[in-house]
Amino acid sequence: MNLRGLKSTVAASALALAALTVSAHAETTLTVYTAVEAEDLKRYAETFNADHPDIKINWVRDSTGVVTAKLLAEKNNPQADVVWGLAATSLLLLKSEGMLEPYAPKGVEKLDKKFVDKSNPPTWTGMDAWVAAVCFNTVEAGKLGLPAPTSWKDLTKPVYKGHVIMPNPNSSGTGFLDVSSWLQLFGEAEGWKYMDALHENIARYTHSGSKPCKLAGAGEIPIGISFAFRGAKEKANGAPIEVIVPSEGIGWDMEATAIIAGTSKLDAAKTLVDWTISKKANEMYNTGYAVVAYPGVAKPVPNFPDNIIEKMIDNDFEFAANNRKAILEEWQKRYDSKSEAK
Amino acid sequence: MTSTSTPGGEAARPFLRVCNLVKAFGPFLALKDISLDVMEGEFVCFLGPSGCGKTTLLRAIAGLDLQTSGGIEQAGRDISLLPPSQRDFGIVFQSYALFPNLTVARNVAYGLESLGLKRAEIDRRVADLLELVGLPDQGAKYPSQLSGGQQQRIALARAIAMSPGLLLLDEPLSALDAKVRVHLRHEIKSLQRRIGVTTIMVTHDQEEALSMADRIVVMNHGVIEQVGTPAEIYREPATLFVADFIGAMNKLPVRVEDAEHARLGETRLQCRPHALDPGAEATLAIRPEDVVPVEGNGTGSANRFAVTISEMEFLGSFWRAWLAGPAFGAAGLEADFSVNAIRRLGLEEGKQLTVELPADRLHVFAGAGVDEDG
Amino acid sequence: MASLGLGSRAAKPKLDRDAWAVRAFMLVIALYLVVALALPLTVMLSKSLSTYRFDLTAFELQIDKGEGWSVPVTLASLADALPADKRPELATNHDGRFGVVDLLPDFSFRAKTRYRLRNAADGAVYLYGSERIADREWHEYSSNEFRRVVVRPAASRGLDNYRTYFSTPSLVQSIENSAWIASVSTVLTVTLAFAFAYALARTCMPLKGLFRLVALIPILVPSLLPGIALVYLFGNQGFLKELLLGESIYGPIGIVIGSVFFTFPHAFIIIATALAISDSRLHEAAVSLKAGAWRRFWTVTVPGARYGLISAAFVVFTLVITDFGLPKVIGGQYDVLAVDIYKQVIGQQNFEMGAVVSVVLLVPAVIAFAVDRAIQRRQVAALSARAVPLEPKPDPAADWSGFALCLVVAVFIVGILAVCQFAALVKLWPYDLSPSLRNYEFDRMDGGGWEAYGNSIRMALYAAAIGTAVVFVGAYLVEKTQGFRTGRTLFQFLAMMPMAIPGMVLGLAYIFFFNDPANPLNFLYGTMAILVLSTVTHFYTVSHLTAVTALKQMDHEFESVSASLKQPVWRLFARVTVPVCLPAILDISIYLFVNAMTTVSAVVFLYAPTTKLASVAVLNMDDAGDIAPAAAMGMMIFYTNVAARLVHLALTRGLLARTQAWRRR
Repeated sequence: MNLRGLKSTVAASALALAALTVSAHAETTLTVYTAVEAEDLKRYAETFNADHPDIKINWVRDSTGVVTAKLLAEKNNPQADVVWGLAATSLLLLKSEGMLEPYAPKGVEKLDKKFVDKSNPPTWTGMDAWVAAVCFNTVEAGKLGLPAPTSWKDLTKPVYKGHVIMPNPNSSGTGFLDVSSWLQLFGEAEGWKYMDALHENIARYTHSGSKPCKLAGAGEIPIGISFAFRGAKEKANGAPIEVIVPSEGIGWDMEATAIIAGTSKLDAAKTLVDWTISKKANEMYNTGYAVVAYPGVAKPVPNFPDNIIEKMIDNDFEFAANNRKAILEEWQKRYDSKSEAK
Repeated sequence: MTSTSTPGGEAARPFLRVCNLVKAFGPFLALKDISLDVMEGEFVCFLGPSGCGKTTLLRAIAGLDLQTSGGIEQAGRDISLLPPSQRDFGIVFQSYALFPNLTVARNVAYGLESLGLKRAEIDRRVADLLELVGLPDQGAKYPSQLSGGQQQRIALARAIAMSPGLLLLDEPLSALDAKVRVHLRHEIKSLQRRIGVTTIMVTHDQEEALSMADRIVVMNHGVIEQVGTPAEIYREPATLFVADFIGAMNKLPVRVEDAEHARLGETRLQCRPHALDPGAEATLAIRPEDVVPVEGNGTGSANRFAVTISEMEFLGSFWRAWLAGPAFGAAGLEADFSVNAIRRLGLEEGKQLTVELPADRLHVFAGAGVDEDG
Repeated sequence: MASLGLGSRAAKPKLDRDAWAVRAFMLVIALYLVVALALPLTVMLSKSLSTYRFDLTAFELQIDKGEGWSVPVTLASLADALPADKRPELATNHDGRFGVVDLLPDFSFRAKTRYRLRNAADGAVYLYGSERIADREWHEYSSNEFRRVVVRPAASRGLDNYRTYFSTPSLVQSIENSAWIASVSTVLTVTLAFAFAYALARTCMPLKGLFRLVALIPILVPSLLPGIALVYLFGNQGFLKELLLGESIYGPIGIVIGSVFFTFPHAFIIIATALAISDSRLHEAAVSLKAGAWRRFWTVTVPGARYGLISAAFVVFTLVITDFGLPKVIGGQYDVLAVDIYKQVIGQQNFEMGAVVSVVLLVPAVIAFAVDRAIQRRQVAALSARAVPLEPKPDPAADWSGFALCLVVAVFIVGILAVCQFAALVKLWPYDLSPSLRNYEFDRMDGGGWEAYGNSIRMALYAAAIGTAVVFVGAYLVEKTQGFRTGRTLFQFLAMMPMAIPGMVLGLAYIFFFNDPANPLNFLYGTMAILVLSTVTHFYTVSHLTAVTALKQMDHEFESVSASLKQPVWRLFARVTVPVCLPAILDISIYLFVNAMTTVSAVVFLYAPTTKLASVAVLNMDDAGDIAPAAAMGMMIFYTNVAARLVHLALTRGLLARTQAWRRR
């Protein structure tokens, strides 16, 4: 390169640098990975920007499985700055890969302990809970003469044979949440025995967690094991659905927030995470979720069963994350190979 | 093996020189050390059976298929390794290769359009060229609207549009009907005469070569068998292959006696001088039209045989007769007799007569005369 | 002689600008195929060999049972001390975790024993709970804490993934399932398509043109659309449910019916071509030999079309065994290979196992491809003989039975689409059948909304434009240039390869290849460009063959003539080659457009939040249970493709009529 070329390059880079610094003061853009429902994202960003107009959010949204896969795939080359609204079990996977930045957000002590990572400082903080439930189509059940089930054990009764659908835990976070909650509720041996019995009644396993409830809403099946939020929505859409909370207790997972280790925008990321655990944010989560991390904030959500909080089991996320592979393998061995005969 | 004698004489520098050209396709040698000179303004035909290498040689001269080794010089310029676009030739293919989506005029103008000429200038040149090939009113048509012969004339006009130093014709008449073919032969030949362009034509049709060429290059198995004027090639074939390939030829197995004699069965025949060793097996060749019917019974004199006409076939201007005699074996001897001679001698099937094989028409070639190429 | 002194030196051509340009272009397009095909597949193969193992030698343990710390031992030596049937399985995947207490037979979390663990090698990692411990220090735990200690696997290479695959019954079962449904679908589709094509070719029934048109409809929709229709027809709320006699549509029955739908046009086109070229003179000869109709059918018609039948069978088999959308929608518990890839990758994030299943799926696809190629070569030879096409003669019995058969097939095809359209337009199937456009409010659903539909159209247009240019120029270079023989052979091979590569496999290979930060092409990941790239590559072969066929019909001396007239290659290309091949070029672009609109498998791993596609939206909406909106979006794809076809038709008719006056005599 000749001297003149060099000079102009230097000048150009200086200029670019200056421009960059100025814009950094004006606005930071955070790339935020999320599995929050698409229709909620705009509202989340708007509410946040009301307090912090200088931080712009670039959403990257997909289902829990895909976002987790994406984050894991980008392990050595992270694209995300913050994860806002991803299942805690997924965040635990990321944590064990060393991908999360430990950070105690301002005001974290005010949250329900259940919603905060046990490490000190915590690597993630919860937003809201996402609870299992049974969607029960009263019209179809009436036609078939099925009584409404009240417990998980009810679902194994012969009368329900072929009338239950649940998500496949190998592809659905909701499915895994169900399986891991049964193993915790009933103990390992009893839990598998329960699933053996339930398998006899299952018409088929779906790939996604919301589908069983939607199928129940469409009358394709009378009983869909799904999650409460979906059931409430289907009901609101006019489907003849009852959302049933089984008496033994229900599995749940939480949507949580974390900073991706190595982000170049740590300050902005911290600002965002501080905000995500604020009371205001929790009030925002409450529009869709009946259970949120900030005690005393939650107001009842329409179409949600009211006893949901006391029925949530004391979920051991660590157990779920560390035994995930073994559980899934066992599940696959027991139920996937028993595919329908040709 | 190769003759460089030309009508122009030794003094003129050849326009095109091909030196020791070799073309290999894998282990197969399509051209084996070919050398050849072509004079300016000459019309040369490459003649031979299919697979003899004639097209390969033409494409090497054009630069379309590069030789494996050897050199080519055109107009004093070494063009051996030049791409076709930097050589100086026009080419016409058997398939015409006219661009179907362009009108006749645009086809002819195709090369002219990038010379930076004015539109009017191009139009004038195109009109001249169409006039030259005898299709002055066809410029606006598309090739598919013309007959095969007309298309080939357009292809010719396109090939000479850029006034190339060399015109290459690759079996240009083979796809045409027999009548059109004969007609176009004359047209091409006279056109070539008029514009004086050095021309090389590839053909497998000996009649075409004999009627059009100044000189014929007979090829077989990748080598040049003979180069000469049509008359030379016909009258004095240099090899048995040439003798057999051009025109009809009787082949008789003989044993060489001396430089001017050979023995056919019991008979000692006088023949054209040759260089074969005495005692060697050889093949005697004579064209049917050279077999002379002799009046009366003169078997005693040299080169005369008593024969019986086993079969006769009327071929218009002459009769072909199959003559059986002890000397000629099962194949017999073919002879062409004029209608006059038939009438004069009262020849008919089953009739006996005496024929003479004139010594100066009896060629002797080495080898037992096994017919290699059918 | 030899006065030129050119002697016998070996000739090396001087290259003019043209030749250099040709070589440069060929290099660019070969590079395209290498980058878009060869390299990703190689990386995927290598990924299937990338394994994870617990390296127990990399961890050291000390135990204090109240008598002071024992000598440090490696976990490996503890494992060796166990009885053979209790020893841990060391092969695992990236998510593997192994509880250390499993190595201690007498472990009790109530015991007062204390434990110390350390990583004895660099890179060794274990977890305490979900805390990641990667340093080389000793860490001390009570027995209650120690049960929370799990070690993490280390990356290694080998055949472990394949071993795991073949020892997992549910995975191996899929091979059999895939082969079974592909075989059944093949037999059904080919039989049906043959009967249909035979009726069209050999009878004088009415409405032939209409039937031919209807038979091609399934090409215009994603393969999962019939699955959605089948749910409405035969699902638990389906109005034809009784026809299944209690069998469930979710499973092999649904997959086979849907497969017959979406593979029908492919089989029909091939068989119709084969029937069209069979020679009427053979039939006349058979009639003159007093052979009955039945005997003529088996001795003349079937043998005459046999290459077509075999070729159609392989095409259908490949389409079914590699299809992903349909079994995903209607397969229920019936697992097939293509869905397994998706489950492994998306559901379990087990990329390595996804790669293994991909390799397994490659095997039948490659075999079918190779056999089909060999057969097509023979059919071309049979084609070259000049045949006289057969003109059917009226025969009321045959004509009306042919008509009845075609009507049944046509009703089946149109019915599938009509059901989807109907379901899309009602409010809440089956409870509220009042008309509503609610299902078209895609923005309220998962899947990407109307934006996805827009993305699809953009993607299809890019694929059609860029793909057609790349394919046609590539085919031209292979077909019409000289020299560079090895390069051209390699190019030809690469161009044929995509036919044998299932879309899922290509997509997964792209993840491995383009998502690697060390890859300079990493920036393509997550963009529209990578979707176009994978689509064009996935559908390269058929486009390439179309282009090559058109180019082969052109006089091969055009290039020579042009060179003799001192014209550059590009001028010939632009003024003659492209105009003459315009119909083929338009065919290629519509082929790419339609397939880009409908493909799921080639793009399902590659779309990003900003580049969601309509076909994937159908899949995701169905996945989320929004079946009616999925049907609505599927029908949008159909209408778009119909519109594209009409534009194509108008172009071919109109534009060609003007520019190709030369085609008229």
